[in-house]
Amino acid sequence: METLKEKKKEAKKPATIKISGAEAIIHCLLAEGVDLLYGYPGGAIMPVYDELYKFQDKLTHILTRHEQGATHAAQGYARVTGKVGVAMATSGPGATNMVTGLADAQIDSTPMVCITGQVTRELLGSDAFQETDIIGISTPVTKWNYQVTRAEEIPEILAKAFYIARSGRPGPVLVDITKNAQIEELDFSYKHCTGIRSYNPVPKPDASAIDAAAQLINTAKKPMIVFGQGVILGHAEDELKELIEKAGIPAAWTVLGLSALDSDHPLNVGMVGMHGNYAPNMLTNECDVLISIGMRFDDRVTGSLDTYAKQAKVIHFEIDPAEINKNVIADVPVLGNSKETLSLLLPKIKKNKHEAWHDEFKKRYKIEYDAVIKDELHPTKEGMTMAEVINEINIASGHKAVIVSDVGQHQMIACRYSKFKQSKSNITSGGLGTMGFALPAAIGAKMGAMDREVVAIIGDGGYQMTIQELGTIFQNKTPVKIVVLNNEHLGMVRQWQELFFESRYASTVMCNPNFVKIAEGYDITAKRITERKDLKTTVAEMLASKDAYFLEVMVEKEDNVFPMIPSGACVTEIRLK
Amino acid sequence: MKKEWFTISVYAENNVGLLNRISGIFLKRHINIESLNVSKSEIENVSKFTIVVNTTEDWTRKIVQQIEKQIEVIKAFHHDDDEIIYQESALFKVASDLLFDERQIQNIIKDSNSQIVTVARDFFVLAKTGRRHEIDEMHEALLPYGIMQFVRSGRIAVSKAEMPISKLLNNFYQD
Repeated sequence: METLKEKKKEAKKPATIKISGAEAIIHCLLAEGVDLLYGYPGGAIMPVYDELYKFQDKLTHILTRHEQGATHAAQGYARVTGKVGVAMATSGPGATNMVTGLADAQIDSTPMVCITGQVTRELLGSDAFQETDIIGISTPVTKWNYQVTRAEEIPEILAKAFYIARSGRPGPVLVDITKNAQIEELDFSYKHCTGIRSYNPVPKPDASAIDAAAQLINTAKKPMIVFGQGVILGHAEDELKELIEKAGIPAAWTVLGLSALDSDHPLNVGMVGMHGNYAPNMLTNECDVLISIGMRFDDRVTGSLDTYAKQAKVIHFEIDPAEINKNVIADVPVLGNSKETLSLLLPKIKKNKHEAWHDEFKKRYKIEYDAVIKDELHPTKEGMTMAEVINEINIASGHKAVIVSDVGQHQMIACRYSKFKQSKSNITSGGLGTMGFALPAAIGAKMGAMDREVVAIIGDGGYQMTIQELGTIFQNKTPVKIVVLNNEHLGMVRQWQELFFESRYASTVMCNPNFVKIAEGYDITAKRITERKDLKTTVAEMLASKDAYFLEVMVEKEDNVFPMIPSGACVTEIRLK
Repeated sequence: MKKEWFTISVYAENNVGLLNRISGIFLKRHINIESLNVSKSEIENVSKFTIVVNTTEDWTRKIVQQIEKQIEVIKAFHHDDDEIIYQESALFKVASDLLFDERQIQNIIKDSNSQIVTVARDFFVLAKTGRRHEIDEMHEALLPYGIMQFVRSGRIAVSKAEMPISKLLNNFYQD
């Protein structure tokens, strides 16, 4: 993090004097507690970069190698810290390169503010150089966006942007600022935004809904909890744990709910969804009360909605009213922040144990262990499995690492086999499934949690989508650990081709470069292993390294991820092989 | 599920770009907006969008939830035709000769309860306000004589039940 660090200048001016729009932007960021942002300069944002140069002792700007990288880094930072991630880019291609990150943050509810430069106001709509309608383009993938065309709008709009990004169900906000608004002067003063009359970020919990939920939970014979990221975003990890323990309810997490509860908690029954665990998927259709907390019944979780948990009464704890009855009809919707609603619920919950019911999960875990997990973790075949690599990282890191995964087979394996002891430790692109997410997101995660080990788990396909961010690691000496699980295929698509397209491997075979040489070109220690005997020592060496480290593990080429619920099938049609 | 006509009323801040944001929600679900009207509402500085769609009640409800989720939307409602009072307006531009040459034209004007807005040497303009089928009937009646121009507005509607926007806004200011 030492990009622009030589010249320092007399910094902050009193809040009432005339300053340029560009300087006002810096003061707004500082007022919002931002000390780190990611971005890439260009013509229409240059006045702001000039101010960043002057303020570099207060505000660190990380130059990524692509604007998409800046957005994912900001996301990684936001996901690990819970703070708003900030990314900046110029107009035109700079702005359009942010669209993937915005869409990813939108669907995964990640608080992020993106600031883009725009051509000067007089040129708007004239097809000027590097002009693009980023407001129009980003509208469907932002929680809110706004084009600033006058300097005096800057403080109020940026205050709103941060408020909207972080409040309620978080999400990305884009503020597009024309060049004239950066250059013109304004009388600056800053007021934090505390409310917007048309926006109700956190619905007030309804006491009767809480009562109805408690009543259902207390009388349930076979209750099951499915929790998602809403627990993490709502800081409700303790309340969730208390509920699970008090009522003795088996609890499963979604991909984005991972790490909100200890992996080894006795009532943690694993992951739901397409490549989730056998027990919670099967028993979704046997429970009598399904308690969903901070999750949105994504199709990768539910499979066919026509057959999903039809026997169960559904209680849906949710902050976003638009999620209620969107996919699954809730018998008892409980709107509100998860910490608040669970706190209100807890005193009404009777102590209980559902041992016989819990045994049903254990029985099915045994089935999955014998059919899948055993061979994945302790393979008898020659080639290495992805799961044994993840397992080795778990053991060597003491379950303490932040795991940042990309998208595909390795992601599902990482989600299935990673072990967590601390919340906000699983960072992955869940809803959008953005290949190329992990490398830049790991940079952001590391910078947000310098005291923690951050391990990026990436496939050979996704790695090459944002491989340029090795340059960011090099320049900033960011000590992230990069593990590429190389099967020389686009593994997940190949798996589908094998299962559903009669093994016609259309464009899924990868002819890869020498990844070790590439990493070494960026002065990153790099190793490639092909044999199991080297796994333990190399992982230990990687984790012991104080600097960035690249580890390529050649894994079995045509392994499939199981269990698997075929797309659109019923959760009980889960296949073990 | 059965497709029906629904009128969606959206109370929102009057901001650039909001129409794009709202129409995008229909686009995502591949629903055609059958008519759209934007005007001021009974509350100062609050706009009202009146949107007519033909889809299932289930989807209408979900769309309304997703519209309401937008930051600058204060509240959205959906109603079926029995729950609202609604009208459309239309303008017909017709050649002036017809007024004198075709006796039937005067009957059409009388029967349709339309107004003559203006009469010029070459053309005259009829305005008709009413239900869609009334405007369609008038259109059909005039068609054989030739219509020089025709335009019909989006539906405007008020609900029989209350739409308590002022109360909502007052709650915000009290909090």
